[in-house]
Amino acid sequence: MSLDDFFHDETFFGDYTFKNSPRAIKRFPFPFPEDDYMYSVNMEPHVPGRPGSVFEHTFDVDEHYVAEMRDRARVLRDDPLRCQSLPHMTLAGWDLLELIMESFARDYPQWFSLTKNGNQWHWINRPLNIDQKFTFLDESTLPYGPMEYITRQAQGDFTLQDQRNDNLWIEAGMVTTQADWSLDFDIGMSFHEWHAPVPKAHEMGVFDRALKFLLQLQHGAPVRRFNWTMTVDPLLDTSPENYPKWGPGKTTLTKENIGQRQHLRVELQTLFRLPRSNAIAFPIRCYLCSFEDLVTQPKWARRLHRVVRDLPDELATYKGFIRNRPLMVDYLSQFDDGAPTSPGWWPDE
Amino acid sequence: MSVGAAKIPVVVTEVVEVNSLIKRFRFVREDGGQMPGFSGGAHTVVEMDDAGTRRLNPYSLMSDPGDRSGYEISVRRDDTGRGGSAYMHREVRPGMKMLISPPVNLFGLDLRAKKHLMIAGGIGITPFLAQMAQLDAMGARFELHYAARDRELGAYMPELSARYGDRVHRYYDAEGQAIDLTTLLAGQPLGTHLYVCGPKGMIGWVLKTAADLGWPAGAVHSEEFLAPPVGVPFTVELAASGKTITVGAAQSLLEAIEAAGVDAPYLCRGGACGQCETHVIACEGEIEHNDHWLTDDQKAGCRHIMPCVSRFKGAKLVLER
Repeated sequence: MSLDDFFHDETFFGDYTFKNSPRAIKRFPFPFPEDDYMYSVNMEPHVPGRPGSVFEHTFDVDEHYVAEMRDRARVLRDDPLRCQSLPHMTLAGWDLLELIMESFARDYPQWFSLTKNGNQWHWINRPLNIDQKFTFLDESTLPYGPMEYITRQAQGDFTLQDQRNDNLWIEAGMVTTQADWSLDFDIGMSFHEWHAPVPKAHEMGVFDRALKFLLQLQHGAPVRRFNWTMTVDPLLDTSPENYPKWGPGKTTLTKENIGQRQHLRVELQTLFRLPRSNAIAFPIRCYLCSFEDLVTQPKWARRLHRVVRDLPDELATYKGFIRNRPLMVDYLSQFDDGAPTSPGWWPDE
Repeated sequence: MSVGAAKIPVVVTEVVEVNSLIKRFRFVREDGGQMPGFSGGAHTVVEMDDAGTRRLNPYSLMSDPGDRSGYEISVRRDDTGRGGSAYMHREVRPGMKMLISPPVNLFGLDLRAKKHLMIAGGIGITPFLAQMAQLDAMGARFELHYAARDRELGAYMPELSARYGDRVHRYYDAEGQAIDLTTLLAGQPLGTHLYVCGPKGMIGWVLKTAADLGWPAGAVHSEEFLAPPVGVPFTVELAASGKTITVGAAQSLLEAIEAAGVDAPYLCRGGACGQCETHVIACEGEIEHNDHWLTDDQKAGCRHIMPCVSRFKGAKLVLER
């Protein structure tokens, strides 16, 4: 298969030509292992998973790769502050660049290659038509800082957390596919500060436990978890900065268009201890799937109906869909016959 | 079990007698591959099989973090300790195969610092060796004040002076030299971070002097690994696994738990990281808290114990393990 056949030419704004192939639907990381949902730390080792799944490799490169990178460049053109790195985080940026380049070249040799001669590195990214020779740890040899350089070539958002004083500090990031949070607002915050808006979880002690766990995260033993929300239209850049542009879209959902326009937005979040900087990299990879594509999997249709119907109001409010919940439940109920669902999130074969 | 990453099988390639108390060991991967990168201040836990007794001791990595061909540690022989350092000195030879843990850093550099001021005492020099190599490669500003008992025991002092010149200041107790700490700390530029590693007394002295001079706590960093102390044997009930175990005089509670075949989490094994924290279900007696992890309130409460370094005296101790 040629590059052009695999990678979609599509948009995530304006005319929204984004579309999941049948294969992409089948491998969509449906985030609900049970029929109800509540917060938990829910972290597990990020080890290679089922072939073909989004867990198969350290980083998932899928059919949307080229289009997503184009979308990122567009967002950055309009708002360069989506990518920021405080001065002491440059070393962590190099760590991240190394992690991504080594993983991509190992897992997708047909698309990426990395050759090293000491600190003289040669990087080839065929899908994006990039051929770059540079000196590792020498910023002057790349067109951008190391974090920006590599995250313009990797799907998903990335933040880098410095670790000091028994806390984590969000002090660098590339954030253009976010579920309504702002790097420009959060940069420099501690772990509890940047999680402050999340309802209920603080009282449950979720963040105390999560922080304690993350402070001990070891190099070579990454972990992962899911998060999810709802997005109208396949818009990757649901940023607070642009809320006036996309927020009103929520009011235009109807019984007729909800199947096509309402998307479940899933984040595969992974956490890596970085070797030289001792910082933590936090890739947040966003997957979108329309309701009408999701309900092609009967198990997911039943379960999504039950989760959305039974979610506490605070969570539906925080996730920004309390207004449209009745419409969603109404639509999804057509596909829920009340039959039991099998455990776990994989679709039934 | 340690959380997470798998141990690294290594071969010892060099054993160098640095002075009458300190030996240096170099490890390379058994499979010939590269070591994981690490950050200055990180340590590794070395696994030893001492005639059937499994010992796991943490040692700071002292080699250049930019060198991924191998790791180096320096071990000071402690003749009154439990035997780990004596084993390293007595038994470990080039060609020997060992297991070490991936690096963990509990003594990281604060890369925001405008200047890094380091105070080392004796074998406490080791994490600074790696940190200085890293800072030097980054072009960052640092200064080392390193005290040793005498010239013979001042490991690596001439090499450090040769490499870093007047950024290295040496002090010998035997010659009546001492760091003029108050003057030193009072004269640092804003944005300086202070790091200290050495004997307990030195760490306490530096931390107190810095606090008295108004240094912000966040700008002061210390690392002290505690060796599990030798003590009187005691008995512990492990509720979850339904076992009763006896902790030997030269054994740590964590080691006794492991020897009984019970999986327990750990990372540093030196009372610093918090990973092995265990709930106490019943305690009729006194826990000897030797760790740096639990708060004073927690220590007084007798509801938590750090089995890597702490012991017990009394009639009954039941743990949720």
